[in-house]
Amino acid sequence: MFQNFMINAFETAAIVAVVAGVVGFFTVLRGAAFPAHAIPNGAFAGAAGASLLGISTLVGLGVFALGGAAMIASLGRRERVDVAAALTLALLLGLGDLFLSRSNEYASEVFSLLFGEILGVASYEILPTAVLGLLCIVVIVALYRPLLLSSIAPDVAEARGVNTRLMNLAFLGVLALTTTMAVPVVGAFLIFSLLIGPPAAALAITDRPLRAMALSSLIALVTVWMAIAVSYSTNLPVGFFVGCFSGIAYAAGRWWSMRKDVAQSPRRRRLS
Amino acid sequence: MDGSTQALTGFLSNQPVQTALAVSAITALVSAAVGVFAVIRGQSFAGHAFSGIGAAGGSGAVLVGVQPLVGFVTINVAAAGAMEMIGLRGARGRNLATGIVLGVALGLSALFLALDTAYTSRSGTTVSILFGSLFTVQPSLLPTVAVIGVIVAGLIAALYRPLLLTSVSRDLAAVRGVPIRLVGIGYVVALALAVSLSAVTIGAILSTALLVGPAATVLHVTRRTSTALALAAVLGVAACWIGILVSYASASWSTDARGWPVSFCIVAVVFIFYLSTSYGSRLGRRPRSPHPAHDVSPRPD
Amino acid sequence: MSTSERTSSGGSDVLVVEDLSVVLGGRTVLDGVGFSAAAGSFTGLIGSNGTGKTTLLKTILGIVQPTSGRVLIDGGAGSRQRPLVGYVPQKIELEPDAPLRARDLIGLGLDGNRLGIPWPSANRRRLIDAMIDAVNANGFADRRVGLLSGGEQQRVMIAHALISRPRLLLLDEPLANLDITNSHEVVKLLSHIATDQNIAIVLTAHDMNPLLQAMDRIVYLAGGRAASGTTAEVVRSETLSDLYGHPVEVVHAGGRVLVVAGECADDENPPTSPPRDEPGVV
Repeated sequence: MFQNFMINAFETAAIVAVVAGVVGFFTVLRGAAFPAHAIPNGAFAGAAGASLLGISTLVGLGVFALGGAAMIASLGRRERVDVAAALTLALLLGLGDLFLSRSNEYASEVFSLLFGEILGVASYEILPTAVLGLLCIVVIVALYRPLLLSSIAPDVAEARGVNTRLMNLAFLGVLALTTTMAVPVVGAFLIFSLLIGPPAAALAITDRPLRAMALSSLIALVTVWMAIAVSYSTNLPVGFFVGCFSGIAYAAGRWWSMRKDVAQSPRRRRLS
Repeated sequence: MDGSTQALTGFLSNQPVQTALAVSAITALVSAAVGVFAVIRGQSFAGHAFSGIGAAGGSGAVLVGVQPLVGFVTINVAAAGAMEMIGLRGARGRNLATGIVLGVALGLSALFLALDTAYTSRSGTTVSILFGSLFTVQPSLLPTVAVIGVIVAGLIAALYRPLLLTSVSRDLAAVRGVPIRLVGIGYVVALALAVSLSAVTIGAILSTALLVGPAATVLHVTRRTSTALALAAVLGVAACWIGILVSYASASWSTDARGWPVSFCIVAVVFIFYLSTSYGSRLGRRPRSPHPAHDVSPRPD
Repeated sequence: MSTSERTSSGGSDVLVVEDLSVVLGGRTVLDGVGFSAAAGSFTGLIGSNGTGKTTLLKTILGIVQPTSGRVLIDGGAGSRQRPLVGYVPQKIELEPDAPLRARDLIGLGLDGNRLGIPWPSANRRRLIDAMIDAVNANGFADRRVGLLSGGEQQRVMIAHALISRPRLLLLDEPLANLDITNSHEVVKLLSHIATDQNIAIVLTAHDMNPLLQAMDRIVYLAGGRAASGTTAEVVRSETLSDLYGHPVEVVHAGGRVLVVAGECADDENPPTSPPRDEPGVV
């Protein structure tokens, strides 16, 4: 179980999980589940375009992910975020369709970009993943307080001089970076599951933001490592187990918070 | 002059084109009706998610040897129930619930596609579910499409007034004795059916584009829901037919004899429509609001 | 406007609004509004819906730019004065699933606009605890903020605004959704804070009655124009008739003050809100 390619898989998964936990915390807090789905999904059209032009997949992904993020942010100024995300996704995928129709050999790569091939990660892919992941974390840590305030109480943040529009753009930009980092190694679908399930579970469990962020990364890490291990021994796809374990983690989180609510006597709530 | 008439006759007498025009018209009409409410209620994500969730059901159906459409519908209705069970309120909570269910469903489709031995190429399935192609729809599917279309239209017509009232104000609806939860579930089922229908026939991209695009476009120019429904239906059908025509024609003037894919053409038309009203009406009436979401509130007619 | 006079001297005035006009989308929302608020004072911006109260607050906050006139905060203008202003919005809608205790949100009031993650420190903790005491939030300081009641969330937001030691605290309709007992509590708390911390408090309200005892100054808005002064100066039939541009009468009934349309008011005007080309809320 610990051959080279498995070590690569575990290492890459660890990087992706930690970043997904941190970025996912803000994704769930800001109600940005749809952008978190639309950006990775739409970005793969960029990969198709890159293969058509004969340039690096990573560049194509990055350009389309950042472009998609900018488009969601700009449409989102006049539109609900989910409408903005839907329109962006449709347009990006439409372009993807056009690119795919120009080249015949690309179809199999589409599959791997959507579902990922974490067991096929090569050693040379780990460094770019780590660098992009680190960049995401640095940006989130730097913007932590204004981003948190603008996610929770946008009016108040605006009154304090926080540029909420810039915060939104910065967040979507980080989502785009996360996408560029994760899609080549784990696929668009899997990164989406990791951006939603573990953070949603963490938010249900703890009342403190920093703990929630750390817990979210931890849950994501356990989810992916377990999924890889189980996938290896059952020979079923990793994505299946990541999807299941994320769902189970969320259910467990909800169960935990309900138990806590029951334990908290209703009398104590009235004290104030 | 004579040449273009001949070309048009050729276009219209082409069997795949005829089927494409009919199927796209039905799905565009149904999507527009459901889509206006999806945009007003903030359920566009659920609308898109059903195409992805349905794909898992579709590949599962192939695995057990039933019609993909049956798989789409079954899993989507189940998913609608699961989202309701998670029970998060508000547009933001519903989006999260949708995300969680979609995450699990995407895992399932990874499993089903891996197990599918009936398909020689997993990638082929993925590509066709995602992008679809109107020109490859089987004419025999037409009656089924029409029947589901009628069911969805009937559901929306039956729910129309309570749906409008709950979308404008939950409290008002509750006071008037509207069973809010039941109306919500009824709507999500209609949404699930409509998206199953469009995703399985014309692909996930077009499904989302036709659901959200025309509705978002018309809500820029009218706040009256009945007008919005009618306009969105017209725009949806127009986008499809123009897209089909362009795609069909592109084969003849494209350099390598490969036309532009029909899904791309339709999405492009939908987007052009959207941009024209979105930027056209910008100077007109709306004051800039930091929370545009509250701006879409419709007027009951 | 002739009705907007200033009585107190500029020296201790934390907020000075001079001849402020705001035009939004072609509509004149504020027309020559002027008033001032001193440190330790309690000012009410009174007016029915659509008279431009929220726009006035947003202009003071620097979110809306005035067409003419200016806003001075502690003698200065512009965005550099922004840290001197605390703000509590009207609608406080905190998500129930946000993993944030009341004390975390109050802490963000201290440094919410700075980069980086907050490092725990004894000093920071002491400041937060003091603020929790100041707004009587001890009972729920460690509970998830999105699950608190509306009144509790409001107190948390007041503490959030106060912790950065502003010179001016603005509150948008803080009494709008509170019952009589609760609004009395909040008014008492705010008056206490104004004198205790020596800051100017300015709040908006559509009903002046709960504030009558507490207000040092009243700014009465109608049709985008304002009359300011003490309640005795402003809430008189003559002043308000002048402001509205047609006769209105101030009626004292059972300890409450009502403004009703005078004898020659138009028939279509409802008696309690004599409107005249009132622009909508922006």
